Amino acid sequence: MAETQVIAREPMSSPAKWLPVLALAWLVPGAGHFFLGRRRRGALLMGSVAIMFLLGLLMRGAMFQPQTGDLLTTIIYLGGFLADLASGLFYLLTSWMGYNQPDVAGHVHDYGTKFLAGAGLLNVLAMVDAFEIATGRKD
Amino acid sequence: MPKMNLSHFEAAMLFALLTSVVLGVVTKRTDRERLRYGLQCFGYFVAALFGLSWLMYLGHG
Repeated sequence: MAETQVIAREPMSSPAKWLPVLALAWLVPGAGHFFLGRRRRGALLMGSVAIMFLLGLLMRGAMFQPQTGDLLTTIIYLGGFLADLASGLFYLLTSWMGYNQPDVAGHVHDYGTKFLAGAGLLNVLAMVDAFEIATGRKD
Repeated sequence: MPKMNLSHFEAAMLFALLTSVVLGVVTKRTDRERLRYGLQCFGYFVAALFGLSWLMYLGHG
């Protein structure tokens, strides 16, 4: 007789436990780890995201604005906008301070745009890690 | 704000370095494993950078 294997799944902890951590991790990259007592890892994440974002600004990268049109345009511009937004306070402050670089030709500008979006994507990884720590799925 | 001018190589190396640090920090469980994985990722990035560069160079004839 074949044995049936029952995999016990951990119940999802309450949002009150992980939501503030997730919000903090989004707003200030690395702060979720600081909040959870992982200072060294938080500092590394904060430093990496901050340096990548700053390099993007110094290379005069463009921020994506959400646009719709054909499928590819929607994916690129909406995805790019969400990636920029994922940098949290870095993105918000930069926008509020009036940074508005038009998308121009040139490899340096191109790298700048990718660095700005990349910084947000790295912060998404940091947010997921903070979420897993807050819910006890990770040490 | 001064504009920074980096070459393709410099920009790609910086991207590889910063991304490897984050990948190392978020994926593994011990510091030793994190360092090892971060270095491994950086190595893969650099290998892909040189590989693709040569491919493009040779592809252009």
